[in-house]
Amino acid sequence: MAEPVENLLERNSHGLYCAAGGFYVDPWNPVDCAVITHAHADHVVPGSKAYLCVRPCTPLLRLRLGAEAAIESVDYGETIERNGVRVSFHPAGHILGSAQVRIEHRGETFVVSGDYKLAPDPTCPAFEPVRCHTFVTESTFGLPVFRWPVPAEVLGEMNEWWRANQQAGKASVLFAYPLGKAQRVLAGIDPSIGPIYTHGAVEQFNRIYRDSGVALPPTAYARSAPTKTDWTRALILAPPMAKASPWLRRFGDFSTGLASGWMRIRGTRRRQSIDRGFVLSDHADWPALLAAVRASQARTVWVTHGYRAPLARWLAENGSDAHAIETRYEESAAVEAVEAEP
Amino acid sequence: MKAFADLYAALDATTKTNEKIAAMSQYFRSAPSEDIAWAVHFLIGRRPKRLIPTRDLVEWAIQEAEMPDWMFGECYQAVGDLAETIALLLPAANASSQKPLRYWVEERLLPMRDWDDRARRNSMIEAWREMSERQRFAWNKLITGEFRVGVSQNLVVRALAEASGVEANVLAHRLMGDWQPTAGFAAQILAQETADADVSRPYPFCLAYPLEGEVEELGDVRAWQIEWKWDGIRSQLIRRAWRTFLWSRGEELMTDRFPELAAAGALLPEGTVLDGEVLPWKDGAPLPFTQMQRRIGRKELGTKILAEVPVVLVAFDLLEHGGRDVREQPLDWRRAELERILGALGEESHLVASPIVGGASWEDLKRTRGQARERGVEGFMLKRRGSIYRVGRRRGDWWKWKINPYSVDAVLIYAQPGNGRRASLFTDYTFGVWDGGELVPFAKAYSGLTDEEIRQVDAFVRNNTIEKFGPVRRVKPELVFELAFEAIQRSSRHRSGIAVRFPRMARWRTDKTAEQADSLETIRALLPREP
Ligand SMILES: [Zn+2]
Repeated sequence: MAEPVENLLERNSHGLYCAAGGFYVDPWNPVDCAVITHAHADHVVPGSKAYLCVRPCTPLLRLRLGAEAAIESVDYGETIERNGVRVSFHPAGHILGSAQVRIEHRGETFVVSGDYKLAPDPTCPAFEPVRCHTFVTESTFGLPVFRWPVPAEVLGEMNEWWRANQQAGKASVLFAYPLGKAQRVLAGIDPSIGPIYTHGAVEQFNRIYRDSGVALPPTAYARSAPTKTDWTRALILAPPMAKASPWLRRFGDFSTGLASGWMRIRGTRRRQSIDRGFVLSDHADWPALLAAVRASQARTVWVTHGYRAPLARWLAENGSDAHAIETRYEESAAVEAVEAEP
Repeated sequence: MKAFADLYAALDATTKTNEKIAAMSQYFRSAPSEDIAWAVHFLIGRRPKRLIPTRDLVEWAIQEAEMPDWMFGECYQAVGDLAETIALLLPAANASSQKPLRYWVEERLLPMRDWDDRARRNSMIEAWREMSERQRFAWNKLITGEFRVGVSQNLVVRALAEASGVEANVLAHRLMGDWQPTAGFAAQILAQETADADVSRPYPFCLAYPLEGEVEELGDVRAWQIEWKWDGIRSQLIRRAWRTFLWSRGEELMTDRFPELAAAGALLPEGTVLDGEVLPWKDGAPLPFTQMQRRIGRKELGTKILAEVPVVLVAFDLLEHGGRDVREQPLDWRRAELERILGALGEESHLVASPIVGGASWEDLKRTRGQARERGVEGFMLKRRGSIYRVGRRRGDWWKWKINPYSVDAVLIYAQPGNGRRASLFTDYTFGVWDGGELVPFAKAYSGLTDEEIRQVDAFVRNNTIEKFGPVRRVKPELVFELAFEAIQRSSRHRSGIAVRFPRMARWRTDKTAEQADSLETIRALLPREP
């Protein structure tokens, strides 16, 4: 009988490491073999010798890593072996090509969630619960104050805001994380209201989404628009980092909005000095985190990046063997995420 | 409650003044009078005496949310606002109250005063269950009293003016003094008839900005009336219907605390309102303000303290004359009448006309300004001749030209223990100033208070801690201090965008409420011009 593997996965100075398989999941330093959950910058570090990801993630990873990187990919649900360790990818519902990584060896299974959400999103397949012994969950919004409104309602508010701006003769500048959030907004907003323009950072990902078969309404690159463009009817999608940039001046009089889970908190909303905050997140809210943990049926839970200590304590007090695991994702995620929320 | 909660959300959602005014004016146009009275009451920062201890409110909220105590702490730290934390943490709302604000305040909030804990708890939990999330938030704000939404009295007045067509000057006057938020009062506020009845009501104070740039930019010195800037309690002395009222700028009725001035009021002609500074005064000169604090602190004023620290009103303006509002008369006219009235009273009247300072040129005045410190004043007030008496803080007609150091009124927001001898006391403070409805940290200061004052502040910190981070306590924003500093410059390293040199506590402004502390905007005006 095979011995139970205590340390199928461990956290070392480069990231979450599977010694038996000889690979890391989302390492924060270059390594020999990196298994990637999704293509957000805080989960992908360039310089590793080989990358493994799920098929729809490939073009996004390629954009980040360049033509030279060695990227291997498999389909959702397909199993690949590394030194006898079975690895497979399962939809995480976070962004295009996002996956939970299932790792199995000698009867022991780990699932590393990466980032995930349970709310519907037409741009990627829905989160799929995977049973496991140990579930490694994110906790970006791991406090009970984070409870998302229904996305369709939030998109409805965006439509209303856009229309109201048109009537007031103002352009609508909506800041959204350029990979994932921007495309989710595009797929959900009502394109019959007016023309949609994009910042270059958003447009590069739109192209990949469209090439991957995700239906998005037509968009135009704002920088190539003729000088006499009437912006007052337009929605302009831009990354949050463009907020303080002179790039915005071309739009004349405009109203600003920001789509992020952080907009749930009044203080963060006010500090952003934007006109409207829309509570729309690609991460699980508190009820969804608890639901995902429950659905995994895991006896052990590792809580990574975000509010890991409170979520781990909560789970422990409610009967799970839960531990807060320090990772590096939060350095860009939790602290700076007020801006970005990758 | 729905309309009011929506108003709160609308005010909260924008930083633009005109949008805030539009939201309020729309509310004032459509809400019933009894709701308007309460809305104005809360919007201008008044609040009922604390009805429910914060501890109880939190306790009930976590019971209703089925959360452990520690989780509330985690959430509060992330959210930073008690009313909001509770609103976000309660179980998802599935109701919305159609009942008016008046009902919620008069029939649900105020009666809690007389109920026992159990009844209050049940009533509070029921209230939350009847409300939407937005309503819960506004309701919690009413209870915790941190009703900050970036709205000044001035903005409320402008919105009321827009909604009613009554002139802003008149409205501002009607909102002063001691009124009750009743339907009758609301009707009175919005009445087109402007012969107002309340005999005690003061006028809104005209406030000065610190001088920006060089004094020469103000043009010909002869166009300006120059007075000393006194360091006292800004007040209006009112004589109407054979009664005397003394109001502070903090809208506190202080008549009983200054019997000398209550008596002096009786000497004034019927229908007179003077604007000036109450100062401790002996032998024709001011005493240090710390002497005044000795007096303010007391409940009973014995003959000894009255003899040791007598006060006068150094009057510099006349707002009402013969029962007529004379604020629209030119400054020179008001000054002449003021001198005529005070001249008729004796030396012992405790009413002194603030002397006019002569100077043939700005250069002259700069020399005279050097004497400010020894005279116990803060510098000069520059008032444009011919100007009217305006409402609130406006640029253009009144400037304060302070001697260095600069000074700013700021609110104590964090405290931590000192070192060595002072390690057992909270002696190191962080002060905040207003920015769009919230207090942003502005400066740290350790020195300037007497030992007795330090003990008092220490006790306040211990009893009013909202949050602890290691040794640092976040305290209820309530105490106001005048901070003095030597230099001011822009800084990207500070959240306020401003760094000051050698900040210290010049004095404890017990006469000011947190709402009256300075704003970042006012302080930015002190910054040197950008090159
Ligand atoms: Zn992500």
